[in-house]
Amino acid sequence: MQFAVNILVLASIYALIASGYVLIYRVSRVLNLAHGELMMFGAYLLVTTAAGLSSSPVVAILLALAMSLMVGGLVYLFLMRRMTGEMALAAVLTTVALGILLRGLILMFWSASPQHPRDTLGWENPVLMLPGDARISLFAALLVASTILVYAGLFAFLRFSRWGMRMRAAGQNPLLAAQRGINLHAVFALAWALSTFTGAIAGMLIALDSGLDSTMVMIGLKAFPAALVGGLDSLLGALIGALIIAAAEVGVIKYVDPLLADVIPFAVLVVMLVIRPWGLFGTREELDRV
Amino acid sequence: MSKPLPNASGHFRRSHADEFRLIETGFSRTMLALFIIALVSFPFLFSSFYVDLAAQVFLASIGALSLMLLTGIAGQISLGHAGLIAAGAFTAGILFKEFALPFWVTIPAAALVGAGIGVLFGLPSLRLRGLYLAVSTLALHFIVVFLGGEYETRRGFSTGILIDPPVVFGYEVYSTRAWYFTLAVAAAVTLWICINLMRSRSGRAWKSIHANETVAEAIGIGVTRYKLLAFVVSSSMTAVAGALFAYYRGFVSIEAFSLYLTIQYVAMIIIGGMGSLLGALLGAVFVTLFPYIIEALVSVLPGADRLAGSVFAFNYAAFGIVMILFLVFEPQGLVGIWRRIRDYFVLWPFRFKAMGGRK
Repeated sequence: MQFAVNILVLASIYALIASGYVLIYRVSRVLNLAHGELMMFGAYLLVTTAAGLSSSPVVAILLALAMSLMVGGLVYLFLMRRMTGEMALAAVLTTVALGILLRGLILMFWSASPQHPRDTLGWENPVLMLPGDARISLFAALLVASTILVYAGLFAFLRFSRWGMRMRAAGQNPLLAAQRGINLHAVFALAWALSTFTGAIAGMLIALDSGLDSTMVMIGLKAFPAALVGGLDSLLGALIGALIIAAAEVGVIKYVDPLLADVIPFAVLVVMLVIRPWGLFGTREELDRV
Repeated sequence: MSKPLPNASGHFRRSHADEFRLIETGFSRTMLALFIIALVSFPFLFSSFYVDLAAQVFLASIGALSLMLLTGIAGQISLGHAGLIAAGAFTAGILFKEFALPFWVTIPAAALVGAGIGVLFGLPSLRLRGLYLAVSTLALHFIVVFLGGEYETRRGFSTGILIDPPVVFGYEVYSTRAWYFTLAVAAAVTLWICINLMRSRSGRAWKSIHANETVAEAIGIGVTRYKLLAFVVSSSMTAVAGALFAYYRGFVSIEAFSLYLTIQYVAMIIIGGMGSLLGALLGAVFVTLFPYIIEALVSVLPGADRLAGSVFAFNYAAFGIVMILFLVFEPQGLVGIWRRIRDYFVLWPFRFKAMGGRK
């Protein structure tokens, strides 16, 4: 039972992060390799707002979330906007460079020592008992819940709202979308903002659950195979992919060798790339687009 | 035509043999001679700190040249460069530590291992393009690094493998000056191989695959073969660079081969200028010297001692900014800037090239 809970928690971490990769890729065909750093940046924003507003924790969290939403939009506005229509490689490398820049800024402003925003906010992290003698910490449970919420929200947003429809249209055929009067730059900026926002939720919850330092980038990178295994342009795929990756990782840690934990997502990724490069739920045409 | 037209105005190729010459004009011959004299006298004129820096530049340029061959020329994006360097370094380290083999065996062995891993890295390229290929090489990077780390812990070298300085022609390469010359020769040989590959059949095949795979296949180029060949050649050169790195440091540890190393090499070919061997060299110089320049700049700033702790972070941020600036404002890289300056002088007093002239 504990085994299943571990998989569930890890899968929701990966799914929450992977949704960011999928959102940006689906809308603008850019692979955002700075996602791990953006998510860490969101978590560090919480460290700052928590220090400033320790008396009202909810306000601190909301403020940090609003700021990360803004950071995502600004990244598009000032940087990625210039890369629209460029070679796929140039755009990817720009995100890599952005990641390095963010890492440097984080080290400069917050130093490399581990941070514990939960202590600053004065919250406990009690262990909840589940049926079947499994344990889960409060914030891990919150993480699972918010993953479900975020995915439900994203599905509804993309399916029913006007802007969601515009995003889908821009992803399917940017030229036609633009000719129908959809403001592509606004749509892309929204995708970046939303992706940073969901990433920041993941980053903050992980930081609240178990503290925060620069190794969080690795979690962000390991969530990428989840997005790709499911299919880079499918949200449902990201969910399934996250489950597969998390099951493989937790299984390997339990039965084979804990040292394999950092490499198994990438091994699954390689296998997937050899068998079915477009992912479980992705569209096959994706391969020819890049 | 395999070669671009000569750079100097007023020089024409008159015979078939002229087409094959590496150095075409008397001016470039003089410049090359002067450059070689400068390189040879450098370690005798400057302190060992600068000589060591130059040696690092030579080492970096081997890696940058081989990545340029793969990504800039053949168009196969690789984010697994650090993994290949690690493979070369570990081959040298393991062969030295476990079997006490000499330099003359470990370096070719590293090249062989590199070629083997190159096939492995290249296999996904037969099905994948662009982004997906980059991702598969990234995944392989993590796997290679994991294997290296596993070896270290299993054999109890968790702090790293120590390697004795190599013996070349009965002479122990230990001093900074000796390393300077060894690495300079290695870099020169790599450059020479690359130049000749570029003007041979395989170089032309790679360029055409880069330009358009379908067309390349249609005009009779074995795309599969040449793609794999690009990976094999590039990877074995990279692995040799890794082995040299291991000897140069006298120490191999998996921590040195992080994703950041890959990013540095990718930055070299972007900042230098995609698709140009000169660009790879310029990029290697720039990226290797960059942290030292930043450090020097920071120490000049007021309140330097206050910043001392965050020089590392500052370095990161500045590196990111420089990479972004090049990607956004000068996609041609340093070599683009150099070409503009050169064209200005070659064309003087005119400002524009004649139609249909050199690209």
